[in-house]
Amino acid sequence: MTLPTVLPLLVWVLPFAAFVLLAVVAPLRRAGPRAGLLSIGAMGVAFMAALVVWVEDFRGEATWSWIPSDGGPIATVGVLVDPVSNAMLVLVTLVSLLVQVYSLAYLGDEPPASLGRYYTYQSLFAVSMLGLVLSPGFLQMFVFWELVGLCSYLLIGYWYERPAAARAAVKAFWITKLGDVGFVIGIVLLWSATGTFDFGELFAKAQEHALAIDRLGTIMFLIYLGAVGKSAQFPLHVWLPDAMEGPTPVSALIHAATMVTAGVFMVTRAEPLFALVPEVLTLIGWVGAFTALLAATMACVESDIKRVLAYSTVSQLGYMMAAAGAGAADAGFLHLLTHGLFKALLFLAAGAVIHTVGTNDIFRMGGLFRAMPQTALVFIVGTLALAGVPPLAGFFSKEAVLSGVWEAQLTGPFLMLALTALLTAFYMFRVVFVAFFGRAFGAGHPHEAPWLMRGPLWLLAALTVAVGIRLAMGGEHEAPAWLVSLSLALAFAGFALAWAMYQRGVVDPATFASALAPLDFLARRRYGIDALYGGLYRGLVLGFARLIGWIDRYLVDGVLNVLSALTLRGGDGLRRIQNGRPQDYVYGVAFGVLLLIVWAQLWR
Amino acid sequence: MAVGPLTLPILSAITWSPFIGALLIMFTARHRPRAVRWIAVVATGISTLLSIYAYATYNHEAAGFQFYEKLPLVPPLGISYELGVDGISLLMVLLTSIIISAGVFASWTVAVRSQEFYALLLALVTGVYGVFASLDLFVLFLFYELAVLPMYLLIGIWGSSGEVRPRGIFAWAYRETGVGTKEYAAMKLTLYLLFGSAFILVGIFALYVSAGAASFSFLELEAAVFPLGLQRWVFLAFYVGFGILAGIWPLHTWSPDGHASAPTAVSMLHAGVLMKLGAYGVVRVGMGLLPEGAADLAWLVGGIACINIVYGALSAMAQTDLKYVIAYSSVSHMGIVMLGAATLTETGLNGSVFQMFAHGVMTGLFFALVGLVYEKAHSREIEKMGGFGKSMPGIATAFTIGSLSSLGLPATAGFVAELLTFLGTWRSGHRWWLFPAVAGTFLTAVYVLRVTKQIFWGPPSPQFEHLEDARGPEWIALVVLVFVLVLFGMVPGLAIEPVDTATVPLLARIVRP
Repeated sequence: MTLPTVLPLLVWVLPFAAFVLLAVVAPLRRAGPRAGLLSIGAMGVAFMAALVVWVEDFRGEATWSWIPSDGGPIATVGVLVDPVSNAMLVLVTLVSLLVQVYSLAYLGDEPPASLGRYYTYQSLFAVSMLGLVLSPGFLQMFVFWELVGLCSYLLIGYWYERPAAARAAVKAFWITKLGDVGFVIGIVLLWSATGTFDFGELFAKAQEHALAIDRLGTIMFLIYLGAVGKSAQFPLHVWLPDAMEGPTPVSALIHAATMVTAGVFMVTRAEPLFALVPEVLTLIGWVGAFTALLAATMACVESDIKRVLAYSTVSQLGYMMAAAGAGAADAGFLHLLTHGLFKALLFLAAGAVIHTVGTNDIFRMGGLFRAMPQTALVFIVGTLALAGVPPLAGFFSKEAVLSGVWEAQLTGPFLMLALTALLTAFYMFRVVFVAFFGRAFGAGHPHEAPWLMRGPLWLLAALTVAVGIRLAMGGEHEAPAWLVSLSLALAFAGFALAWAMYQRGVVDPATFASALAPLDFLARRRYGIDALYGGLYRGLVLGFARLIGWIDRYLVDGVLNVLSALTLRGGDGLRRIQNGRPQDYVYGVAFGVLLLIVWAQLWR
Repeated sequence: MAVGPLTLPILSAITWSPFIGALLIMFTARHRPRAVRWIAVVATGISTLLSIYAYATYNHEAAGFQFYEKLPLVPPLGISYELGVDGISLLMVLLTSIIISAGVFASWTVAVRSQEFYALLLALVTGVYGVFASLDLFVLFLFYELAVLPMYLLIGIWGSSGEVRPRGIFAWAYRETGVGTKEYAAMKLTLYLLFGSAFILVGIFALYVSAGAASFSFLELEAAVFPLGLQRWVFLAFYVGFGILAGIWPLHTWSPDGHASAPTAVSMLHAGVLMKLGAYGVVRVGMGLLPEGAADLAWLVGGIACINIVYGALSAMAQTDLKYVIAYSSVSHMGIVMLGAATLTETGLNGSVFQMFAHGVMTGLFFALVGLVYEKAHSREIEKMGGFGKSMPGIATAFTIGSLSSLGLPATAGFVAELLTFLGTWRSGHRWWLFPAVAGTFLTAVYVLRVTKQIFWGPPSPQFEHLEDARGPEWIALVVLVFVLVLFGMVPGLAIEPVDTATVPLLARIVRP
């Protein structure tokens, strides 16, 4: 164990210690804000350590036996420190820290015990996400993969008394678990074929072309299914919009910046293995691009500000996956990092709005720029970044994704992504114009959020700009000129459309929608996918369960009860013979003797 | 087979301490309910401490049966009181200690005839310890009966009745047998298990006669070689006999009725430990003595286990009574145990034994919690409950952790068990077993989270506003069980290291077909 592995481990251990303290020491947890401070303190130190790890560009690996067996450990746990994990460490600790600080004000009205519970979950989430990021093998990744899912479930259901939150939490768990069924079968198959879960060993074999496994394509496809659930890819994207029932800071952290990107991270991490199966990669690219487009259309008709952002997240995750599928995992990963910053920014800004206005509906906001200029400003920064305007961070990563997909000659996905870029600018500026400009609706008395909330917003906005400038100067910008012009034109077109419809009123949104009536109809109903799942669940799963339950109770057990009842009846019948009357017994004896005589005569 | 040196009779102390406690309760603590409880705590506490000591000092290098004791009982017939534990049975002894300690605390509030209740409970536990520690099949069988029979009284007297509407083509039989009452459940359970023990007895005598060694000792029978034909049918007899207790389909229906009717501590002990007696019997006696028979019939054991997993999960989903949900989840989880064993691989068998332990603790926790909820809300109907999380956060947390272990979430013991079993299936002769097994875990996620949401989440209904959280001794039970569940999930080596020393030699004797 040397410093390059000890320090990342420390990043993990700090929130773990905070979690254990909060979970075990009940008075501390019930102290509310003080529990928050403990969690924030641990996160703060962890962030510093992560920063050191990143700046120093540490690399290393350390593992320990976890599940022993006769011929050496079946599974190990440990830390894998490389540029990918280092960047993730910084992103996760940074956003976690900011979100936890922000929550202190955002959830300030909560009862102390609930707030303590919130920070306990937050610490557990940090532990799980960091553990996932540092995983040196598929098994550890799966372990923490499930644990971040647990935290997501617990935090979506933080207001567990609300039926909608309870439903959304369970839905999120089920849908992601459905993807994980594939993941777990995939890694079991991979282990059975290779005898290891370890990335290092697997990649080494892949490089030496020693990974001659039957059906590697199937295995990698199954593993990818886990990412489909976690990163909300079509057709398992349905849980993410519902997950917005959780508190807004949770949406910012888990359902935008970190956990939902785990699928992209996994595909990036296992890239050497996916590279061996081009057909799976192509599939990933197509599904990613389709997800991006589908979610973008749904975002255009949504009026709940958080859900717009949620669909936007699904859409951007599609972007990242498309890049990974095109073999440009670096571009996807870059987009993951920049998106983490500005999407967290957008969510937290939206939270500041919701906190003061008391509604999620953008059509009940309006004119907020005047009341809360700072929040509006940072929201616009986030919007520009998401729309891909230079020199903000989103521009460069988006260009990288698009050029990656173009170079891989995936024309279909490229067109879908380009159309998505237009829609992205449209739906984001739609929110900006409707909520922050235009006529003031007059809901509540909107005012700026307290400093605890504004601080993180400004910091994220500054980082979005700074990272963009850094990327511009770093010469990472290699996309061809026509592509840059195209995407800028698309972003501008989206902006112009939103401006014309919602600011100037030149185009009536209703007329526009009726021109695209079938699409509008479908998009507003989420293309019926949620309804389909609901029907399948109620009709197929529960119906089948009821059938089995009936069979068990009335057929399987019925046979037994029939046997039992027949035994009882038989006993009852025999009991009647023994009635205690001597004359009956004499008749019986006489009858028996008669039978014996007949028998003796006939069968001699 | 390595046999440890004669030391202090630790196993005898573990086994008989509850029995002595039972006698003390019967003869000294009449009308003194507090004394009854304290005697029970001390008696099970001694067993628990000693089993932790035995677990900690078990020599992994030497392996084999340790803490060996032998006392001839009937020398002409080769019957002797012979005790010894290896890695597998040691873990089971530890499980028994954990569950009974928690069970004593969880049923602290039993009001009716607590003296007899505790005495029977403790006598039963002696039987359980005896089965796990015995190396003599005859004595093992005696202990087995001691573990099964008190159930009849415990359920019949302290149990609770539910309602089952007679329906379907066999409705007349339901009316005549009184399905749903506690007397029915007690009778059904007892008859079923005695039916099973008849098979076991026949199997034991067949081996005794065939070996010709005039000994019931496991170690001597293990050395004997049995012809394949005999192995096949005797293994089948053991599989059916012990399997009934392990809840194999379609002979499992005693379990939901029995567990639903039984009082808290009895359900805990029965689902938590007694079902493991069945699985343990199949592994130790069936696979241990009849390796070729086991290899020959693995397809049957594994196939039925797959049915158990999926069918049990679906049945659990269909239930409206909370206790039935938990009971059917046991049917499903015992499928994982049997499946792991049927893989005949090291990982699979380790997973099987680990699942015995994990499921024991998990289901013990569940039944303790269901008992607490019932005691406070006086309802077992899931649909009528709601929003309990507000008034009983502690119980809600423990229930959630139990649920998570049940659906195989990492960092709980359930995950390790299921993972090892899955890994084993793909390396076994029947790869397709993996798919029903994984599907079962998904179905489990569906029904446990559904139930958790219905009971603890959502708005509290006005009729349940006055509910209280767990109190004093009840906390001890919950905390211990949750702690064990998480500890073994995070550090699985604690269990796997000793278990592995026993599974490897056991499998080495099995020649795969």
